[in-house]
Amino acid sequence: MNRREFMKSASATAVATGTGVAAPAVFSPAKAQARNETLLIVSESGPNNLDIHGVGTNVPGYEASWNTYDRLITHEMTEKDGVRYYDRDKLKGELAEDMNIGDMSVTFKLKKNATFQDGSPVTAKDVKWSLDRAVSVGGFPTFQMKAGSLEKPEQFVVVDDHTVRVDFLRKDRLTIPDLAVIVPCVINSELVKKNATEKDPWGLEYTKQNTAGSGAYRVTKWTPGTEVIFERFDDWKGGPLPKIKRVIWRMVPSAGNRRALLERGDADISYDLPNKDFVELKQAGKLNITSVPYSNGVQYIGMNVKNPPFDNPKVREAVAYAIPYEKIMEAVLYGLGKPMFGAPADAVTKVAWPQPTKFKTDLAKAKQLMAEAGYAGGIDTTLSFDLGFAGVNEPICVLLQENLAQIGIKTTINKIPGANWRTELNKKVLPLYTNVFSGWLDYPEYFFFWCYHGSNSVFNTMSYQSAAMDTFIDGARAAAASGDKAAYDTDVKGMVDLAFADVPRIPLYQPFVNVAMQKNITGYEYWFHRRLDYRAFQKG
Amino acid sequence: MLKLLGSRLATAVPSLIGVVIVTFLLTRVLPGDTAAYFAGPAATPQAIAEIRTKLGLDKPLPVQFADYVSALAKGDLGSSLSTGQPVATEIAARLPASAELTLAGLVLALLIAVPFGIMAAVRQGSWIDHACRIITTAGVSLPVFFTGLLLVYVFYFKLGWAPAPLGRLDVFFSAPETVTGFYLIDSLIARDFETFRAALAQLAVPAITLAIFALAPIARMTRASMLAVLSSEFVRTAKAAGLTDYTVIITYAFRNAMLPVVTTLGMVFSFLLGANVLVEKVFAWPGIGSYAVEALITSDYAPVQGFVLAMAILYVILNLLIDLAYGIIDPRARSEA
Repeated sequence: MNRREFMKSASATAVATGTGVAAPAVFSPAKAQARNETLLIVSESGPNNLDIHGVGTNVPGYEASWNTYDRLITHEMTEKDGVRYYDRDKLKGELAEDMNIGDMSVTFKLKKNATFQDGSPVTAKDVKWSLDRAVSVGGFPTFQMKAGSLEKPEQFVVVDDHTVRVDFLRKDRLTIPDLAVIVPCVINSELVKKNATEKDPWGLEYTKQNTAGSGAYRVTKWTPGTEVIFERFDDWKGGPLPKIKRVIWRMVPSAGNRRALLERGDADISYDLPNKDFVELKQAGKLNITSVPYSNGVQYIGMNVKNPPFDNPKVREAVAYAIPYEKIMEAVLYGLGKPMFGAPADAVTKVAWPQPTKFKTDLAKAKQLMAEAGYAGGIDTTLSFDLGFAGVNEPICVLLQENLAQIGIKTTINKIPGANWRTELNKKVLPLYTNVFSGWLDYPEYFFFWCYHGSNSVFNTMSYQSAAMDTFIDGARAAAASGDKAAYDTDVKGMVDLAFADVPRIPLYQPFVNVAMQKNITGYEYWFHRRLDYRAFQKG
Repeated sequence: MLKLLGSRLATAVPSLIGVVIVTFLLTRVLPGDTAAYFAGPAATPQAIAEIRTKLGLDKPLPVQFADYVSALAKGDLGSSLSTGQPVATEIAARLPASAELTLAGLVLALLIAVPFGIMAAVRQGSWIDHACRIITTAGVSLPVFFTGLLLVYVFYFKLGWAPAPLGRLDVFFSAPETVTGFYLIDSLIARDFETFRAALAQLAVPAITLAIFALAPIARMTRASMLAVLSSEFVRTAKAAGLTDYTVIITYAFRNAMLPVVTTLGMVFSFLLGANVLVEKVFAWPGIGSYAVEALITSDYAPVQGFVLAMAILYVILNLLIDLAYGIIDPRARSEA
């Protein structure tokens, strides 16, 4: 070999090693295997607490709780429009192997071999302690339990080591489904009690940082605001062993980067991208995009019916005819929403919720209604929205502002920061605003109780009071509890008709839950809480 | 020297007390109700009141302030509601991430800007001077989040050279054992070169983003102060004495031109900690800036107070270091103090 040839071959090797450096981070087959059993989820924000009973646990925290704790019962899966969807009416045991519903109580037999993640057995004592905790800690968990008439620790009775009875306070159709939501999770009581203090008898500080459940996954590492790492609990008895061994959930604040990570194939799943990105990703066809309407959820325009000018039903109706519905669907949602307007004039009211109104954009009619209401001279008011969801809210308000101006309602847009939004809603003084409400329990009377009932809950943002409406809602709840279907149907139709006639709030659309996944990911399930259930996912 | 140190530290105390009071008041004046926010979407007024009591927000302001100060004296900065962690641990964990990124950006900027500034001053009016002007103008006019996103788009999305913008390490690496909190240094201490490479790869693009931003003031200042020094008499004398260009420019001129550069450096560093907020957002960097912004958005008082306090202390230390550096660079500065 002469010198020149040597130089040639040397530079060739140099080039080869040069490219070797640029190879992806997966070097060994072991690592590739790990990648195959690992799910990488990217989202904008992460949990602030791993325990849903905690003070101020945020929505991402619900996802952590759902996957790390078991409940006594859970929902079966069914299929709806090609997506696996929880079955509202079919329940099955998770920690319970048997559920026996009596007249004024329900009895659960626990699976005998179920253990917590630290190996100790799940007993009736743990169940009682956990349910007691849910109804006692106050705040959101207690409130959610109350929604199913679960209010007092005395309702939860230990029969023997593996049997628990829940006594009903009153007949309520929501009691049993309320035991399958995220809140009544079963906690390792001995472990938590060991870590409780006098000031913190329920051990909330401990469960904030540590998972103490019997669920399919446990959190092995949590760096708040950065990542959460879940490892599978191989002795899980709540259902078939999940395929995914490890879930890495990383917080990536920039939506553009989340999309880039998906498109490059580095992330497996993301679910909070702007609608425009979802539509483009869907068209590109490189990823699986699932869009499911929020169960029992509606984005709406609300009006304060206590104060002028929106105390006048004609003005409210005028607004309902002035909304640029189609434009909102196209330009704001890019079609990713289910219209809740424009039902044909002869459509019959269904026993269902949400369902579309008969309103459509008709400015001439709106103007006429304004004149009839005595506001031909016009109105000055503010139109408010939550900046936390500005991506959707802001364009809706701008489009609405434009149309309202044409019927003489001059609006100033009032942007309210996320931290302040609920305070402002609670004051119940905002004259005109857009907001979204959705309930975990998918029953019309549940939605109406919170949003339209005269007991004036936080969600009755309009301060709407109507004796007739209260009669319908109370009637429907009583009929549901006693199983009187005919009365129930009449009452539900009655409340829907009245809500659409009085229009204290104008439904716009049912928002979609959008999830983008790599093509090799299967097993997405839609749950009432709209967060991801890791247990059914598969890769490859 | 010790006297200087002592007097400097003494003047810092009142400003720190001021910072404590002002941040406390400012966070309370912010619109937004912490309790209502954290009570969740389904809260009743009663639930909100319960949370308010739990957080101690129902007490009168002076009592809250006294609580805060007495906790502070014990080194307790309170707990963040949005991440659920004690603020002190969070800041301790996140500050190294921000510092590593900022320092990397600053060093990179220095390596480019100082030679560039010197060259531009020495060859005033040449193409290199014009290039210096163009680059520095571009550097200051492009907002960091834009350059950041652009670099991600080009180097990660299009070319695939850079790793995924997922923070300090690829998801399949685990962090080296914490010694300094700087991954580059810790991985070297642990002799884990694979992690070092991975951390360096993650650091590269965000550091370049910051460097582009920091380039401009440093290069401009180097050029301006070099120009002033180069036209002074001792340089002319040195040249006349037949010293080499290198000795004249580096040994004589540059050392004398360094003082304003060091001052600018201090300013740029503090500036970068601010610019960091956006870079951290773009690169999902678990630093202190993104932490503070998140807290601010959710009216989470404790982290905001902790952040401002930590920054104030950092600035005090930084100014002290710069003052000390003056003394080393220029003996005259020492005697003046």
